[in-house]
Amino acid sequence: MGHTGVLNALTRRLGELSVVAFGVSVLSFLMIRLIPGDAVQIMLGANAEVTPAQIAALRAKLGLDQPMVLQYGDWAWRALHGDLGTSVWTGRPVLEEILPRVGVTAELTLLSLAVAAVLAVPLGCLMATARRRSADYTIRLLSIVGLTLPSFWLGTMLLYGVAALAPDAQLLGWVPFGEDPLGNLQRIILPVIALALPVLASLSRVMRASMVEVMRQDYIRTARSKGLSEGSVVGVHALRNAVLPFMTSFGIMAGYLFGGSVVVEQVFALPGLGRLMLGAIAERNYPLVQASILLATLSFVVINALVDVLYAVVDPRISRA
Amino acid sequence: MRRSNPLLVIGLVLVLGQALMAVLAPWIAPYGPDAQDILARLHGPEAAHWLGSDNFGRDTLSRILFGYRTLFAISVASVLAALGVGGGLGVLAAMRGGWLAVVVMRCMDVLFAFPIILLAIAVIAVLGPGAVSTGIAIGVVYVPIFARTLRGPALLLREADYIAAARASGTTEMKILWRHVLPNLSGIVLVQTSLSLSTAILVEASLSFLGLGTQPPTASLGRMLAESRNFLVLSPWVAVFSGAAILLASLGFNLLGDGLQERFDPRA
Repeated sequence: MGHTGVLNALTRRLGELSVVAFGVSVLSFLMIRLIPGDAVQIMLGANAEVTPAQIAALRAKLGLDQPMVLQYGDWAWRALHGDLGTSVWTGRPVLEEILPRVGVTAELTLLSLAVAAVLAVPLGCLMATARRRSADYTIRLLSIVGLTLPSFWLGTMLLYGVAALAPDAQLLGWVPFGEDPLGNLQRIILPVIALALPVLASLSRVMRASMVEVMRQDYIRTARSKGLSEGSVVGVHALRNAVLPFMTSFGIMAGYLFGGSVVVEQVFALPGLGRLMLGAIAERNYPLVQASILLATLSFVVINALVDVLYAVVDPRISRA
Repeated sequence: MRRSNPLLVIGLVLVLGQALMAVLAPWIAPYGPDAQDILARLHGPEAAHWLGSDNFGRDTLSRILFGYRTLFAISVASVLAALGVGGGLGVLAAMRGGWLAVVVMRCMDVLFAFPIILLAIAVIAVLGPGAVSTGIAIGVVYVPIFARTLRGPALLLREADYIAAARASGTTEMKILWRHVLPNLSGIVLVQTSLSLSTAILVEASLSFLGLGTQPPTASLGRMLAESRNFLVLSPWVAVFSGAAILLASLGFNLLGDGLQERFDPRA
C-alpha cells in the first residue's frame, strides 16, 4: 500500500466535505431569510417605540437591503473571519455568547461518549457470545429498550430517584471543573447517564454485530485450531479486528449527542449550547440561533470526515479501494 | 418456514394496541383531556383515576390517550410525507442518473449533515413553534434518510437482468417503475418507515418537551412530561406514565422494524 491511496481517499473526502460545508452554510444563511413575514419586525417585537429609521438601521446592519448573493458572500466572508453576527438583545458578537457555553456541552457529550464506548466493548462481546435463542432475544429486547428510552424521561426519573434518596444532593446547575472538581463531577453524573444510555445501547449493538462478523472469519477458526484458549481468541484476535468498524460509528453518535445534549441540558439546567439556543429561539434572537446551529453542524461534519480519514489511514483496504 | 420472532410479535402488538387507543381515545377515555377535578389533584393511581391525576386534577390516563393521538398523527403524517418526497427523490435519482441525480443527492447530503434534533429545531425556529411546524420539521429531517436508503437498492434494480429484459421488450419507464422497481423496494420501505417512526416519535416528544412542539391546550405527551416536572416531588406519577407511554410508542415501532428487517434480510 502506498501513500497515494491514503492521499486519494483524503482528497476525495475533502472535496465532499467542502461541498457539504458550503451547503450547510447556505442553509444556515437562508434561515433568517426564510422566516415568514419580516424577520426584522419579529426580532424587534411588538415594541411600539420602534421607529421606521430603527427598522431600516437593523435591516442594513443585517444586510437585508442587498441582493441575496451579495448578502451570502458578505455573510460568509465575515463568518470565515470569525464574525458570526451580533446578538440582537445584548449587541455583543454572538461568538462571545457561544464560546463560554461550549465547555459545558463538550464535557457532557465527550464524557457520555467515553462512558458509553468503554462499556459498549465488553457488553457487545458478551452479547455476541449469547448462544441460546432465548438469551439472544432478551439481549435484543433490552438493547432496543435502551435505544428508545427517551433521555429526558430517564433524566427526570433519575433526578426524582436521587432527590428522594438524598434530598441534600446538589444535582442541578453547573460549577466549572477548575473551581470545584468534585461539585462539577457530582452534577454531571446524572446528565451523563441520561445521555449515554441510548448511545451505549446503540454502540453495543454495533460492537455485537461487528464481533459476530469477525468470529465467522477463517483466521478465527485457525486461531482456535491452533489450540488457543477461547479467551485469547476473543480477546486478542477477534477484538482487535472488531473494534475498527465499531470506532467508525463514533462519528454518527456525535450527531445524536449534539441533539440529545439540548434536551438533557434542559432537564438538568446545565448552561450549555443547547439551553443558549433554546433561550435564543424564545427571544427570537435569530443571529444567535443561526450561529449555534451552523457551528454545531460544521463540527459534526468535520468530526465525521476525521473519523473517515482515520479509518482510511488505519485500514489499508479502504484507501486501496 | 422460519420460526417466528417473538420480538416482532411484541412490536406488532404494541403498535396496533397503541394505534387503536389513539384512534378510539374520544370513546374510551374515562374523562375529557382537559376536564379538571380540583378536589382530586395530584392523586396516585386509584379506581377513579387509573393512572392518577395532575396538578389541575386532570385524569392522566385520558390525557395520555389523547396525547397518543397527537404523537401518532404528527409522527405518521410527517414520516409518510418524507417517504413520499425523499423516497421519490432517491428512486428518481437512481433511475435517471446524470447531473440531476448528482444535484439531488448532494442536496440530500447537506440536509443529512445536520444532527437530527438541530435540524428540527432550526426549522421550528424559522416557522415558529406548533404542531404543523413540528410535522414539517420532522418531515424535513427524514427526507434525506429515505432518499439515501432507497437510492442504493433502486440502483441495483436498475441494473438487474429482468429490468433490462423489460426495457428491451419495450416496456415504458413508468411501467417498469410501477411493476418492477417499487414492488421490490416494499420490504426496505416497510423496515425504514417503521424504524423512522420509532425515532420520529422520540423527536416529536423531545420537541414538545422543549416547548417547541404542540402548544396548549392540545394534549401532548412530551409537554405533559415537561409540565409534570413542576410537581415531580409531590407526585411523580404523571412523569412516570407519560414518559413510559412515549417509550412504548417508540419501542413498538423499533421492534417491528427490527423484526421485519430480519425477515427481509436473513443475514442481518
